[in-house]
Amino acid sequence: MLDGQGANARGVFEGEFILEVDHVRKEFPGVVALDDVQLKIRPGTVHALMGENGAGKSTLMKIIAGVYNPDRGEVRFAGRRLEIRTPIDALNCGIAMIHQELNLMNTMTVAENIWIGREPKSGMGLIDHGEMRRMTRALFDDLGIRLDPAGMVGDLTVAQKQMVEIAKAVSFNSDVLIMDEPTSAITETEVEHLFRIIRDLRAKGVGIVYITHKMSELFEIADELTVFRDGRYIATVAASDVTRDDIIRMMVGREITDMFPKVPCEIGETILEVRNLALPGVFHDVSFDLRRGEILGVAGLVGSGRSNVAEAIFGVTPAVSGEIRISGEKVAVTSPSVAMRHGMAFLTEDRKETGCFLDLDCIENIQVALLTTGKVDNRGFVNQREVNRLAEEYAAKLRVKTPNLAETVANLSGGNQQKLLIARWLLTEPGILILDEPTRGIDVGAKAEIHRLITQLAGQGVAVLMISSELPEVLGMSDRIMVMHEGHVSGFLDRSEADQVRVMELAAK
Amino acid sequence: MATQDTNIERPAARAHRKLPPELNILLVLVGIALVFEILGWIFQGQSFLGNVGRLKIMILQVSVIGIIAVGVTQVIISGGIDLSSGSVVGAVAMVSMSLAQAAGYERAIYPALTGLPVVVPLLVGLLCGALAGFVNGWLIAYTRIPPFIATLGMMVTARGFAKWYTKGQPVSFPTDSFASLGAGMAPVMIFLLVAVIFHVAMKYTRYGKFTYAIGANAQAARVSGINVERHLVKVYVIAAVLAALAGIVVAARGQTAQAGMGMMYELDAIAMAVIGGTSLTGGRGSIIGTSIGMVIFGVIISGFTFLRLDAYYQEMIKGVIIVAAVVADTYRQQKRGKKT
Repeated sequence: MLDGQGANARGVFEGEFILEVDHVRKEFPGVVALDDVQLKIRPGTVHALMGENGAGKSTLMKIIAGVYNPDRGEVRFAGRRLEIRTPIDALNCGIAMIHQELNLMNTMTVAENIWIGREPKSGMGLIDHGEMRRMTRALFDDLGIRLDPAGMVGDLTVAQKQMVEIAKAVSFNSDVLIMDEPTSAITETEVEHLFRIIRDLRAKGVGIVYITHKMSELFEIADELTVFRDGRYIATVAASDVTRDDIIRMMVGREITDMFPKVPCEIGETILEVRNLALPGVFHDVSFDLRRGEILGVAGLVGSGRSNVAEAIFGVTPAVSGEIRISGEKVAVTSPSVAMRHGMAFLTEDRKETGCFLDLDCIENIQVALLTTGKVDNRGFVNQREVNRLAEEYAAKLRVKTPNLAETVANLSGGNQQKLLIARWLLTEPGILILDEPTRGIDVGAKAEIHRLITQLAGQGVAVLMISSELPEVLGMSDRIMVMHEGHVSGFLDRSEADQVRVMELAAK
Repeated sequence: MATQDTNIERPAARAHRKLPPELNILLVLVGIALVFEILGWIFQGQSFLGNVGRLKIMILQVSVIGIIAVGVTQVIISGGIDLSSGSVVGAVAMVSMSLAQAAGYERAIYPALTGLPVVVPLLVGLLCGALAGFVNGWLIAYTRIPPFIATLGMMVTARGFAKWYTKGQPVSFPTDSFASLGAGMAPVMIFLLVAVIFHVAMKYTRYGKFTYAIGANAQAARVSGINVERHLVKVYVIAAVLAALAGIVVAARGQTAQAGMGMMYELDAIAMAVIGGTSLTGGRGSIIGTSIGMVIFGVIISGFTFLRLDAYYQEMIKGVIIVAAVVADTYRQQKRGKKT
């Protein structure tokens, strides 16, 4: 029924592992992304791949999908060495992948999206839409999905789109199915549905690689798990043999308390008051206070509205209702420049999209926010000598590692790019610093340095709002923690009463 | 432990700053000039570069479009494109000439407005340009239609306006002072003035630094506090005002204005910018590079004429050069992309 094009090896293949990654190494300028890693997937099992952000999971998935070539090592599929150059090669070999972000065409129908490139043809060589809808219906019946094959993808909810993605991946009838955080955008009922599909596929002998951050899912669905840390292979174990704490220890590899050098410092008067802030459909009724010298951590799952609140406070996407008071004065933050005039700074979540000017050099990256303040203007001309001096001073203070500040930023490692962006904001001498995932995707050494810096700034009286997906980071760094769940503030926890379980209870409800 | 090592990059630190990218373009210019010099001796039995008169004519020919290219370079650096400059040349040539007609000319467009001081046609012409640029910039920044479409619309509209203005009739007989704007080496001088002003603006003022930032990453520029929309309007206004200036110079030089003036100038100006190292994806380029690009453009055209190559071939070769320059830029970018 499912007419996949995959060279289906199921039933023919006798070996122990359907997919084997062996001694794979991948280097990028300045960073070893993967160092001698392995991953072995048995047919008919669900294999979870775990690791902190930056552990190398997505790099490995890109190698398997043919986006990158490994510098060393090999990937074997059904015992044969895999030579994959493009995603289509991977599909033809029998490896399907569901990416974290959606890859659907909104202006085409559900059926067209699923069978694109593989459309059934009628006798005259034209696309047979009736047959295509029939095939889609059969596929959906099999998976228990109730969606109209002729409906436009653009009219679906994010969760429904995710189900279409899953159906599409399944339709290739592949031997290996890789899922990269497939539950980040769907609700609990749909998660249950997805797990039923996964169990079905497992029973049919498909090897499933399941990348997730959620421990609860892991124990519900995974048979085996492999842990990566900082680009290295740590261990592969049976899910039934380990506890949650074991896994965290493997992922983090050190006592959490040592990682975050939070120094208690004096907390001053309230500088930022947020009242009933709302952006319909995104977040509602968000209220909190932030005081000088305080680090307020914001926890919550991806999609809980954390970043949107930060963007609203900084004026990137202003809120529709609610009130923001800065030092007691009511401020209509309609754009980032208004926020900056009131002493705010905002390190965005996505370094590449909204942070760096990758093609420009370090100085040009550091100076931009300072220039908008007009503080270094001298009769219409930029006082470049002063700007360079400040840039060099802060780059040295933050220990940015680069041959010189004329280096193009694209050539720097993630950690150093992040330090440059922090330098950019520190030059404006902010009173309120909003950090969205300040250590995402950077290595452990740079991470510790950034943590130290954040604490230092708080010690100098800067009010810090820190959003992070890494619970240990939030727990270790914050004076208080605000937890968000589906666009609402679900609770505040004091440093003394906060632990992983309490935060997760509020975040997942 | 070893993770600390990954942080330490490139042990052999380069002490010197990187060489200016314009150096490469300058070398290309020297190379092309030398090729024509050699071909000159082989096929024509004379020197190409030795003829000062020819070089003067060459510079005169390209500097009008060079004025436009200075503006277009800023638009491209900001991440956009301007296809309307050629039509703005035509429209402004008509308008300014109609206000610059000499006193006593009985077939004047506005018989009551002849013999006006030169500032009147000059200012009105530049204002027309500013208006066209404002419409371009506003559409691009606030309605978020692609620059290609917005300026394509302006290209057609402004050309239509130029034809409608006198129902297709040419406009002639300017005052002496207006004509002097295009006489002798005036176009070259005006180009040099414009190039110096905007070289300084792009390199040493916030205007220039923000233009680069927006072209490199508009989102990041916005989050850094730059008012991206307002800035883009400025960039398009400047580009169209420079096109208007070129239109005035063209009309003054020919002492006549026709609705078809400036046809395809936008493409030549874009070509000069791209040959000069301006990246069509934004964020990179310079006025110096474009000036060198302008001379390269001139050398090629003048060189082919010198070699008595048919004008039809010249057009075709021009097309090839533009595409080649973009291919070279794309290749450079891919090489960068691989590294990240």
